[in-house]
Amino acid sequence: MEHSEILHRCFRCGFCKLPDNYLDINCPSYLKYRFETYSPGGRMWLLRGLLEGEIKASPRLGEILFSCAACGNCVDHCVFPKFKDDLLDAFIAGRGELVNEGAIPPMARDYFKAIQSYGNPYKLPEAERGNWADGLGIEPYKDQEYLFFAGCVGSYDERGQKMARAVASLLKDWGVSFGILGADERCDGNEVKAMGEAGLFEMIAKQNIEKFKEVGVSKIIALSPHAYHAMKNEYPKFGGLFQVSHYSQVLVGLMGKGKFASADKPLRVTFHDPCYLGRHNKEYMSPRMILGAIPGIEYVDMARAMGDALCCGGGGGNFFTDMLGGGVDAPSRVRVREAADTGAEVLAVACPKCAKMLEDAIKAEDLDEKIEVMDLAEIIKSRTA
Amino acid sequence: MEEVYKQLADIVGEQYVSNHQEERFIYARDPGTMEPREPDMVVMPNTTEEVRKIVLVANEKGVPIVPMGGGLVLSGLTRALKGGIILDMKRMNRIIEVNESSRYALVEAGTSQGMLQAYLKKHHPSLKHSVPDAPPIATIGGNVLIHGSGHLSAAGGFHSEMLNGLEVVLPTGEVARVGSCATSPYWFSRSPLPDLAGLFLGWAGTTGIATKLAIKLFPNLPINDADVFVTEDPEIVPDIISRLTRTQVAEDMMAAMAPKPEWLHGLQMTIVNYGAETKRELTLKRDLLRESVRKYTDEKVGGFMPLPPDMKGRFIEAPQRSLSRFADVRQGGGFEYVGGIMPIELFAKAYRVGIEIPERYGITYALGARIVGLGHCMMFFFAYPFNRADKNDVRNAQKALEDTNEAVLEMGGIPWKAEAPAQKQIIKKMDHNTFALMNRLREVLDPNGIMNPGNWEVD
Repeated sequence: MEHSEILHRCFRCGFCKLPDNYLDINCPSYLKYRFETYSPGGRMWLLRGLLEGEIKASPRLGEILFSCAACGNCVDHCVFPKFKDDLLDAFIAGRGELVNEGAIPPMARDYFKAIQSYGNPYKLPEAERGNWADGLGIEPYKDQEYLFFAGCVGSYDERGQKMARAVASLLKDWGVSFGILGADERCDGNEVKAMGEAGLFEMIAKQNIEKFKEVGVSKIIALSPHAYHAMKNEYPKFGGLFQVSHYSQVLVGLMGKGKFASADKPLRVTFHDPCYLGRHNKEYMSPRMILGAIPGIEYVDMARAMGDALCCGGGGGNFFTDMLGGGVDAPSRVRVREAADTGAEVLAVACPKCAKMLEDAIKAEDLDEKIEVMDLAEIIKSRTA
Repeated sequence: MEEVYKQLADIVGEQYVSNHQEERFIYARDPGTMEPREPDMVVMPNTTEEVRKIVLVANEKGVPIVPMGGGLVLSGLTRALKGGIILDMKRMNRIIEVNESSRYALVEAGTSQGMLQAYLKKHHPSLKHSVPDAPPIATIGGNVLIHGSGHLSAAGGFHSEMLNGLEVVLPTGEVARVGSCATSPYWFSRSPLPDLAGLFLGWAGTTGIATKLAIKLFPNLPINDADVFVTEDPEIVPDIISRLTRTQVAEDMMAAMAPKPEWLHGLQMTIVNYGAETKRELTLKRDLLRESVRKYTDEKVGGFMPLPPDMKGRFIEAPQRSLSRFADVRQGGGFEYVGGIMPIELFAKAYRVGIEIPERYGITYALGARIVGLGHCMMFFFAYPFNRADKNDVRNAQKALEDTNEAVLEMGGIPWKAEAPAQKQIIKKMDHNTFALMNRLREVLDPNGIMNPGNWEVD
């Protein structure tokens, strides 16, 4: 197994479970399950036990490995500089071991099957992939400056579609030259890779790269930080060299174009850092600069923010497998309670998965009256004259 | 055991009890050198009432219970030596009350050090608690119950001395309170009642399960500094400690010795942490410290070391992350130490032992001491890193630890949070009537012998 050489070096000291300020548990799966086994150190030792034949692959081990949200909190907070960078890759390699043994959780198996058979996890026709843009007047990609990549959640999920429409229409209003692939777009593959199916990911990445090259794409705006991460950091390994931006990184440079209404009443806003934008790619400021540039917004950070942000629990495939949902300790529910504690009326997001996870959590926590989830583009549009 | 499992699931919910191989595997081990010992199941209670019900089930079925906090004791005290149930207390992590006037915090026993530290910083920034150098996920309860020490131990002694009161589930299922909380709504002190806390401190979980505890808080001074006195002569260190503590300036005082990097070899560093309300006060305190050891600086047998800012920052940090990094010295994810609680005058002897023993086994080491109280005693640690993937290396560390435990006892010290084999070494040296009293107390408290059996026992 790749990275097996670091497994025994984990001391299980547990810094990886926490944020920098030690406020509370910051590993989503450990927060939800609480057994040591579901912590990063537990996974390290269990994988070693698996490779040395001390334990066997089992449904429980599958749940332990696949409930990791791949949020990167462990990587950022591990105190061992010589191997910390490989922690998450070791867990992903461990998932790969279970994939190879055919011992993955049924929900993960269904996810892979759907991706392989339908090209998306929703098992919906590919022909419907571009329907989210109906009525917006967005051109198919030809020779525009950017390709706008909506991704599976932006294309098929109702909340994701709403966000994709908000971002795309704002880009259009502000004169950005872009097109979409519509029915020709395919899954970006980020979750496939995070779930340990390296072979399937390679196939997806190569297909996407081929398509992008075929239509002449050089610059991409990704709706989802997950797609942004895969295209920016993984696609180059397969020859896919594109200038990839997350939409917040494009919007931040265009804020001067905004014609904002005068604010009668300040709006208190907090921001939830998406793991694949923040911890994985260290982009913390663009979303905050956007919010800071909108008149009348009173910005407040949560107690855990930027590199210390608590994941919504939707990463690493869990958005689809739902191993971290349910119960008061579900990371998304803990996160919205934390957001509400700031007194914010709006929980700003920059990821369609986070939007859906946190919106559902607000309902579960009965916080609808106190706080609502809005994507950055939705906030901009709501404050525009 | 299947029936016990079902009963526990009824008490805590199916989600919080496990007899899966994965939990049995992980909870069989701690990060030290002790051999794994598998529990039959692991359970995570959420309330005192749940703990009480679990204890009743264990009594009825005669199943051992091993209470566990952070599981970071390194000496294997939370392994299920005779099988049974591991009671992982970390779901019980609520901070119940902070009393600013009487400076105490009342917490559930599974509250982590880091969580209380962050809570105080946010809600009561004028106060802090004594943070051990264990990782921040270590629990308040666990550390107090093993007689831990930390960053305020020069000011306040062992963490068990900072304990104001306990709520305990007795081995027979009754819930008892110890300290002022037994008769008052306030958890301000263990005095003036008969001090029953001793029934639960240092017993390695063999006399009951602490569910709540109150600990003393201390002023969190806004300006903090660390000074390091260095000498090459271990014989004078006790006098240096005596002089430095006499100033009553230190919040924490540590000695540190290591063979690497090369420039450190043979040096004894005494690190003094202190704080102040103002820069003027800080300067005064620094002057007091320097004046106290002027004899040695004048004789040029020691002096204060200039500290680059990053190094000073590491010394002030609580807990010190760099101590956990010691586990990767052998690129093998492990270290364990003997913490010898001993009088200060044994410093030089302990230092020599600390060099001889690792040399015997060809292993590396780090030595140090935390001064407890105003030089009233010290926790002298002999730490040995090992490569977990190399059985020989682990065995060598184990042998060095065994020899060190023996040497500490021979010197007149007592190994702290001793491994089960080291407990037997201690019992051999212990007054017979003391051990008989311990056994009589255990028989009264735990008639069915369910609490962490295998600890504080002879073969």
